Amino acid sequence: MTSDSIDIINAFALLTNFVLLPALSYGSQLALGALAVTLVYSVLRFSNFAQGDSMAFGTMIVILLTGFMISRGWTISGIPTALLVIPIAIVFTSMYLLTMDRLIYRHYRKIKAKSITIVMSSIGVMFVTGGIVRFVLGATAQKFEDGERFIFSIREFKAYTGLEQGIAFKTSQFLTITIAFLLVAFVFYFLQKTKTGKAMRAYSDNKELALLSGIDPDKMVQITWLLVGALTTIAGALYGLDKGFAPQQYHLLLLPIFASVIVGGIGSPIGAIAGAFLVAFSEILLTYAYKKFLIYLLPLSMHPSSLVQLIGTEYKYAISFVILVIVLLIKPTGLFKGKVIVDE
Amino acid sequence: MAYLEGKNLVASYGVVPILHECSVEVEKGELAVIVGPNGAGKSTVMRVLLGMLNATSGSVTLDGKDISMLSTQDRISHGLAFVPQTKNVFPSMTVEENLQMGGFIRQDDINETIEEVYALFPILYDKRKQLAEQLSGGQRQQVAFGRAMMTKPSIMLLDEPTAGVSPIVMDEIFSNILDVRNAGMAVLMVEQNAQQALNIADKGYVLVSGRNEHTGTGKELINNPEVRKKFLGG
Repeated sequence: MTSDSIDIINAFALLTNFVLLPALSYGSQLALGALAVTLVYSVLRFSNFAQGDSMAFGTMIVILLTGFMISRGWTISGIPTALLVIPIAIVFTSMYLLTMDRLIYRHYRKIKAKSITIVMSSIGVMFVTGGIVRFVLGATAQKFEDGERFIFSIREFKAYTGLEQGIAFKTSQFLTITIAFLLVAFVFYFLQKTKTGKAMRAYSDNKELALLSGIDPDKMVQITWLLVGALTTIAGALYGLDKGFAPQQYHLLLLPIFASVIVGGIGSPIGAIAGAFLVAFSEILLTYAYKKFLIYLLPLSMHPSSLVQLIGTEYKYAISFVILVIVLLIKPTGLFKGKVIVDE
Repeated sequence: MAYLEGKNLVASYGVVPILHECSVEVEKGELAVIVGPNGAGKSTVMRVLLGMLNATSGSVTLDGKDISMLSTQDRISHGLAFVPQTKNVFPSMTVEENLQMGGFIRQDDINETIEEVYALFPILYDKRKQLAEQLSGGQRQQVAFGRAMMTKPSIMLLDEPTAGVSPIVMDEIFSNILDVRNAGMAVLMVEQNAQQALNIADKGYVLVSGRNEHTGTGKELINNPEVRKKFLGG
């Protein structure tokens, strides 16, 4: 560490461990949430403020089912039990979302309420959902990860490569990146290639013409909530496996998720994903302390004495805000030419 | 009884009455045209026939069956097809996907019908992978027309098919409409270009303030001095 030599390999091993892998998994989690928001916006025409708390709801179901499975001893060694219960949790979460749609959103669709009215009602759903989660699980943070914690640990990596700086690849990171990739691929395949997916896009494009083509609006709404339920549950469970579960944390996820959606271009699925990674990388790159990284790269005389941290981690949500403001000022349609929200 | 019949239709938007005992009918292999001044309720007649707006009284019958209580989707599957005046394509979908969506309710193979549409509008075959929003107005109108034909309808309702297109494209669209009629379909259209439309129409309705003001064959209406003076500009 105190050597005078410039050590590029160790510097990038450090960056991989503390920036690249965390940002890739955080970005994947945001991407799934952002995709859910995009689907709701495209098909149901409102920005769903309840997204973060819905993710908490989905994760709550995962936690309850995981606890049940472990208490029965129904586990597979090495694999997080949470992974096994996700399919059932998706069913529960989708049912919850469909119930909320039936109780609340459907009414506003029927009376052709303005988009802003439905947004306000989604804030109500947000509070109710958050309340349910806190009522059932409490407001404290908890972990529910079991099974093998690492694909490879720092020690294993060091022993294998002989590098001074180790890289750990957590199981939760591996699962997050892999599952997010597969799920996004599935959603795109579904929307582009299947008859039902195309009908969903058609309904999003032109509701009246979709009706004239014999596309059932109620069915489209239901399928949307099913997809959103799956994305929401998986995003929440992966985030929780990675960083632990805390209702307030999930609630606050709404901000980076909305930032992702708007940066990418509202209503554009590909934009939501690109936006999610942009937000995730900005957050982590700007709050990372570069001291050790620079020590690897710079000669002894230039070693920094401070942490070289651009922004304190406690301000990470401000980054989403700033990105939001910049995009809305400079390019309101986002990177992928989304829509600018106007009430019809 | 005519193939499609709207009888004594009364309808309103909220408290604003639009149609007062208005009747239209069209036979298979016949082209009927509804003309009239703005706000006469021409488009409203279409919406009532399609079940997109409920009539407060009156009936809609198709081939002798009362379809007044059916939903729009059910009427579509009974053979009605509609080309709206505006927003008549799925803009962010390709031409081919637009046609596929037109055939959404069909359980059988729709590729044959897609080929028929391409045969009728060869330009659409060349542009099949392009997004509908990238097409010209006339081409988009053809997509809209093709989409409606995908259910193999027995009756086609057209709301101002020539609105906003050049005279050349207008002639083309009228000739397409005549092709469709000659193939045995019933066609009912609302048209602003009253003179040209009545010229090719088998039957015409002049609507004023939601009432049937004049009814007759296309020729009769064109030769009717009162219709000429009021609606065809002398």
